[in-house]
Amino acid sequence: MFISHDKIEKSAFLLTVLTVITISIGGIVEVVPLFTIETTVEKVEGVRPYSPLEQAGRDVYVREGCYTCHSQQIRALKDEVERYGHYSLAAESMYDRPFQWGSKRNGPDLARVGGKYSNDWHYAHFSHPQAMVPESLMPRYAFLATREVDVAKVARAIRANRALGAPYSDAQVANVAADMAAQADPQVDAETLQARYPKAVQASGDGRRVTEMDALVAYIQVLGTMVDFTNPAIEKLRQ
Amino acid sequence: MSDLAIGTGGMAGVGGRATPAVRVVEAYNMDVVRKFTIAAMFWAVVAFLLGVVLALQLAFPIFNLGFEYTAFGRLRPVHTSAAIFAFGGSALFATSFYVVQRTCHARLFGGEALASFIFWGYQFFIVMAALSYVMGFSQSLEYAEPEWHLDIFLTIVWVAYAVVFIGTLVKRQEPHIYVANWFYLAYILTVAVLHIVNNLALPTSFFEAKSYSVFSGVQGAMIQWWYGHNAVGFFLTAAFLGMMYYFIPKQAGRPVYSYRLSVVHFWSLIFMYIWAGPHHLHYTSLPDWAQTLGMVFSIILWMPSWGGMINGLMTLSGAWDKLRTDPALRFTVTAVGFYGMSTFEGPMMSIKEVNGLAHYTDWVIGHVHSGALGWVAFVSFGAIYYLVPILWNRAGLYSVKLVAWHYWIATLGIVLYITSMWVASIMQGLMWRAYDKFGFLQYSFAESVNAMHPYYVIRMLGGVLFLAGALVMVFNLIMTARSATTLVRPARAGSTEAGAAIAVAGE
Repeated sequence: MFISHDKIEKSAFLLTVLTVITISIGGIVEVVPLFTIETTVEKVEGVRPYSPLEQAGRDVYVREGCYTCHSQQIRALKDEVERYGHYSLAAESMYDRPFQWGSKRNGPDLARVGGKYSNDWHYAHFSHPQAMVPESLMPRYAFLATREVDVAKVARAIRANRALGAPYSDAQVANVAADMAAQADPQVDAETLQARYPKAVQASGDGRRVTEMDALVAYIQVLGTMVDFTNPAIEKLRQ
Repeated sequence: MSDLAIGTGGMAGVGGRATPAVRVVEAYNMDVVRKFTIAAMFWAVVAFLLGVVLALQLAFPIFNLGFEYTAFGRLRPVHTSAAIFAFGGSALFATSFYVVQRTCHARLFGGEALASFIFWGYQFFIVMAALSYVMGFSQSLEYAEPEWHLDIFLTIVWVAYAVVFIGTLVKRQEPHIYVANWFYLAYILTVAVLHIVNNLALPTSFFEAKSYSVFSGVQGAMIQWWYGHNAVGFFLTAAFLGMMYYFIPKQAGRPVYSYRLSVVHFWSLIFMYIWAGPHHLHYTSLPDWAQTLGMVFSIILWMPSWGGMINGLMTLSGAWDKLRTDPALRFTVTAVGFYGMSTFEGPMMSIKEVNGLAHYTDWVIGHVHSGALGWVAFVSFGAIYYLVPILWNRAGLYSVKLVAWHYWIATLGIVLYITSMWVASIMQGLMWRAYDKFGFLQYSFAESVNAMHPYYVIRMLGGVLFLAGALVMVFNLIMTARSATTLVRPARAGSTEAGAAIAVAGE
């Protein structure tokens, strides 16, 4: 063995090739089956691509680096399930590009934060977190309320996600502007919106313009709500 | 062998008042090494300063200042990128270019222009990446935050790096490739593979710095932590082991303890590291088989990691007395100690049950910093203290006493940092899972945040000490390059490392 290593360390070519082979094996074995084993992502009802306003809010979430303090992944541990809700399913982040499971909780997990607080609470909290939770370490995001969402940008986001495999229908792609406006303004009838995006929650915008704050609230309010865990069939999930 | 081609006369005219008119032609391209050394120290201070700022924000959130540009979420990637890629990366470029030339007896392949491109290209990448995070462009993939334009640019710079490094290996004058170069090579190749795969994304438009990852959800998570853990494994471990394999023998004046051990632990380390990623995803939606595989390999990884530590420490056999007189060697050796500690702590934390407590808490942050401050930064400090007098052609360091001060200030800083994080995190993890006598969760999340406060203040003080030590180092190095007291007397030229002449085979 050590005689043959003499050959390796005398050849830059051999050393390079063998190194590349050695470092490739583990990654291939661990990653490739995740695409081929069908049970990796459970088949559950309800998971859908994000609505335009939710996607805009998700872009804000990604841009601001919320993952540096918040996870979106409830581990299958008793205390986590009691604190945050049903443990996260792989299916629930199947349209998340990139995934935002996080690695550190300076703040609580957000995988199922949707519906836990009112819209008003979120608007107040984003503007001044310590006013709502005195112990909070969160920075203020009041500036989001002054920023308008660029519809063209959201349309590009939806198209890119569709190209990558998110099952947006032609109607959904064609109605980005209308759906976004409808979801931002609580005065608008949400029936068409909710037909296209079930369980979409309307933000509490002023109806004149769509702000990044509206978008972020719409995104936060849908987190973890798409799958109905009261359905007993869900307990038979096999991964 | 001296760096200087004899007979061209005068001294290397860098930074000194006594710059001679005739510039020395160096046998090796040391210019790029000097540039990267300066960059490494500059980015070290930036990274440590940002670390202190972030620690301050976690202790007192008012220091987020209310501006979008100064919020924790935007500054945190600036800190991690500055520490890993700017400081660590520049130190690796400097030392790898130095080591590969010295141990191959060959000038860098590709000429001055390519080396310069790598330096300026890499610095440009770092500055643009930092600006982009602050301005609100981020992929939100940990340690892979830059958007797609920058990713492509970095790929070009990195390929140039690989070409220069491998090209130099190919044109070497020595029959054997020295062990340090195996590690540098593995790091360059692996980082290229990781960077390209993890950053595969579809841009929304050619003119928009926004893209969506090709991978989503669980596959995205696996690929990200395959990337993320091996950024640690190859950028921060394998490459710095390469540094260790050159600078410890040189500083101790002893050859590497065991050639056989270096062969075994090199191949086993690079094979096993790649498998360890899933330990970042225990109890998540990642399938159990992948979690278990990640855990098993993480634990086995303990052995090749300690192979490196043993080889480093045992190289000092018979030269331990040098620790008393050479504080720079003290940095390098302490670094190996921290490496050993971190690579024990890591496998332990990868055990699912331990991870259940540690994950999402500050234990991970403490663990990362015992590696980043104790291992990466210390081994870099040791190497840079050794390199600067050689690179600037000086008789020695301006002040050995200041090196000792730096050593103790920085060590104290690390101790405060790690211990406060251990206490904070275990408390935090236990509070999250504590039940009261009625069977309800005992603490709200906010209560656990509140309990962190004193430890966050202590951690910040640790960071301030580490930063202060680095500033002492910068002062010492500037004075080394400039002070009249460190000028080389003509008779001593080239004798700086006379005692270490036989330490590295073939050199």
